Amino acid sequence: MTGPVLRLQGICKRFGTLQANADISLELGAGEVLALLGENGAGKSTLVSILFGHYEADAGRIEVFGRPLPPGQPRAALAAGIGMVHQHSTLADNLSVLDNVMLGTEPWWRPWSAREGARRRLLDTARRFGLPVQPDARVAGLSVGERQRVEILKALVRGARILILDEPTAVLTPQEGEALFATLSQMVAQGLSIIFISHKLEEVLRVSHRVAVLRAGVLVASAPAREVTLAQLALWMVGREVRMPARAPARARGELVARLSRACAGQSRAQLREADLELHAGEIVAIAGVSGNGQSTLAGLLGGTLACVRGEALFLGLPLTRPIAALVADGLARIPEDRHGTGVIGDLPLWENAVAERLRSPAFSRRAGGVRWVRREAARAYARELVEAFDVRGAGLESPVRALSGGNMQKLILGRALRAPDARVPRLVVAHQPTWGLDIGAVAHVQQQLIGARDAGAAVLLISDDLDEVLTLGDRVAVMHEGRVSPAMAPERWTRESLGLAMAGSAVAVAA
Amino acid sequence: MTGRLERRPEVSAAALALASLAAVAMTLLVGTVLVLWAGAPVAATYAALFAGGFGSVFAWTETLTRAVPLMFTGLAAAVAFRARLYNIGAEGQLYAGAMAAVALGGLHGGEPLGPPWLLWPAMLLAAALAGALLLLGPAWLKAQAGVDEVVTTLLLNFIVLLGVSALLDGPMKDPTAMGWPQSVALAGELELSRLIEGARLHSGLLLALLLAVALWLLITYTVPGFDIRASGANPRAARFAGVPAGRTLVLVACLSGALAGVGGAVEVAGRTGYVTMDMSPGYGYTGIVIAMLAGQHPLAVVLAAVFVAGVLVGADAMSRVVGVPTYIAEVMVATALIAVLVATLAAQYRWRVDPAGQA
Repeated sequence: MTGPVLRLQGICKRFGTLQANADISLELGAGEVLALLGENGAGKSTLVSILFGHYEADAGRIEVFGRPLPPGQPRAALAAGIGMVHQHSTLADNLSVLDNVMLGTEPWWRPWSAREGARRRLLDTARRFGLPVQPDARVAGLSVGERQRVEILKALVRGARILILDEPTAVLTPQEGEALFATLSQMVAQGLSIIFISHKLEEVLRVSHRVAVLRAGVLVASAPAREVTLAQLALWMVGREVRMPARAPARARGELVARLSRACAGQSRAQLREADLELHAGEIVAIAGVSGNGQSTLAGLLGGTLACVRGEALFLGLPLTRPIAALVADGLARIPEDRHGTGVIGDLPLWENAVAERLRSPAFSRRAGGVRWVRREAARAYARELVEAFDVRGAGLESPVRALSGGNMQKLILGRALRAPDARVPRLVVAHQPTWGLDIGAVAHVQQQLIGARDAGAAVLLISDDLDEVLTLGDRVAVMHEGRVSPAMAPERWTRESLGLAMAGSAVAVAA
Repeated sequence: MTGRLERRPEVSAAALALASLAAVAMTLLVGTVLVLWAGAPVAATYAALFAGGFGSVFAWTETLTRAVPLMFTGLAAAVAFRARLYNIGAEGQLYAGAMAAVALGGLHGGEPLGPPWLLWPAMLLAAALAGALLLLGPAWLKAQAGVDEVVTTLLLNFIVLLGVSALLDGPMKDPTAMGWPQSVALAGELELSRLIEGARLHSGLLLALLLAVALWLLITYTVPGFDIRASGANPRAARFAGVPAGRTLVLVACLSGALAGVGGAVEVAGRTGYVTMDMSPGYGYTGIVIAMLAGQHPLAVVLAAVFVAGVLVGADAMSRVVGVPTYIAEVMVATALIAVLVATLAAQYRWRVDPAGQA
């Protein structure tokens, strides 16, 4: 190797009182895969944004191929050969693959478009790196894995020599992930360098040559991947040992709590087709699957916000189309996928959000003069209790709830769902991606609460696209693909491979 | 030197107060430029404006009289906007309420329909119903088919005004008005009492204040009030939490339409006594400005209505005394609105400057 292709020296960045990056120095060699690890908020995104010119560092310098990179100019970063593949697709759905790749590359003053040249460059690049594409396919019709391929090609066609991948496997099936890793090794073989951002420790150790760990804005470790262990990485990331909850073997299943029979609901891609599912007291049923395969509809149906088009959805023997206040009063606990968009009403104060689902119950409102009046003192007392019991930090009872961080918001949502004011245990918990985007400590807390609810006798439905979570927590595991729910089986009867195949739509898994 | 806007997690009361002061200063500045342009002395012009709007007991009664319909339409807009039902149709609803009031409380062949103790509440109820019905249609279309209520309520205003025009020249025309298009008069005993001897200020003011307080209590302290605020702030999360979206929409449409409708009835019973085509100089639209100025807070609507009414009334005096056009007042009201919106937005954000270059 002829010296580093990228050198960061003493990068500092501060937002108000938050030191996002503190004196970070890193080097990336030609043909090297560097994994950038860290919890949410550790400073990974800030560092990458500085590298890509979205932010300007307070101090420090960046050299690309031996030349200093002018700060704060995305164009300069692109020109220097830095390419970025974002976690969520940034492609225009209604355009073709070729259009997307060309977007922004042509000068505005040129009256014609050099499509043929662009098409040749795209196909050349695709062949060179073994990334087959159809230039004229519309992006809307592509799978998530194919979209990612287009994103990578887009960066390569623009001459990227250093590729930054932001959590690239988060949206892929294990098999698609394997294909991505194969692509990465081809790119590396051709001399490209890769920065790979992730928080999945196993895959980091598999694909990377070197690992750099950020914690609270500080580079705490940088080591060759083959010299570190999983436990070591976890310790670096969190700074203390975190005991992930282990699933105690399921006790005897209790009575039937909720049931779907041939339930159909939702529309188009998010459709649920003829789903059969039984949820019993004292068990966690975990649903694996690539998101966008009907999980939201399943969660909505069992959470009482959607109705069946055909078939039946029952909770405690009654239809789930009853008013949500009645369902919650009967012990339905819901943890929605989108905390900010669905879980809370950001502009309203914390205490009103804490009682939002139960506002119509006599505990928090009473009828007088033809109107239900909120019992504000009772509501505030309950909110105070939740804040203490679930350790919600960062905002007072009267502050708008959007002041909370994601983890604290999730604690509040978890608390109000699991802890009824009359201390009754929930009967059914519907948790959709409950640990998404949380740091390891918060993940452990949330998982512990779900196990606790099961042990107290609740039926728990856990929908997650994190296979490890599904296999660790599920007493029974099912897979969703294109709106269909596979039979739920004990986790021992699944392997990562068979799960992956089922997630990709193959029916083999059911035979096991 | 670069920087960026970021949202403050919490906005302090001091910042909001400062923002309001900045908005007032901005408004005065723009007004000053216009006055100078009109070639009038600035100090004398503002003095005339203030004296005309707030300078004497008589000025105050005139300002408050003008503020009454603005309070009703301001409350109508405030409650609707809180729930993100953008009711631009308060103008039409006000006329519908006024017409309903006259239809029930007018002289039918020279005689009232019934005793005043029965007719008076019936008249207000009819006005409320007329306004509410007028808004329920657009609300229903919005809920069922996603039809934009801004368009439907705005266009309904023209339909209503043309309808009123037809009625004033037709079945409800006052035969004693010597050909002028005006409605039959309201029965004398239905007219609102005067609050001050010799002034036009009437007891409709008390009704407006009462309704403002009632609306504030409803929005702040009750479950339906929570539903209204929640559906406005985040409809998806509100539905998830079990807020009945349809029922809340109907409630808001009824409240908003009824407030504007009652405003029309009060204007007839308190000031004009009959309906003409120029009864409202755009009270419905000014109500929107007032609701925005007040941050959709019912009690602040009262203050904002008095402020706007004072400027408008004062402008008449100003144009008489120093001879500048009254339109300056309207520009100032519009400037005040924009300045307040910008200032409150600015108070919610802060400009974070990134220190330039290397340390």
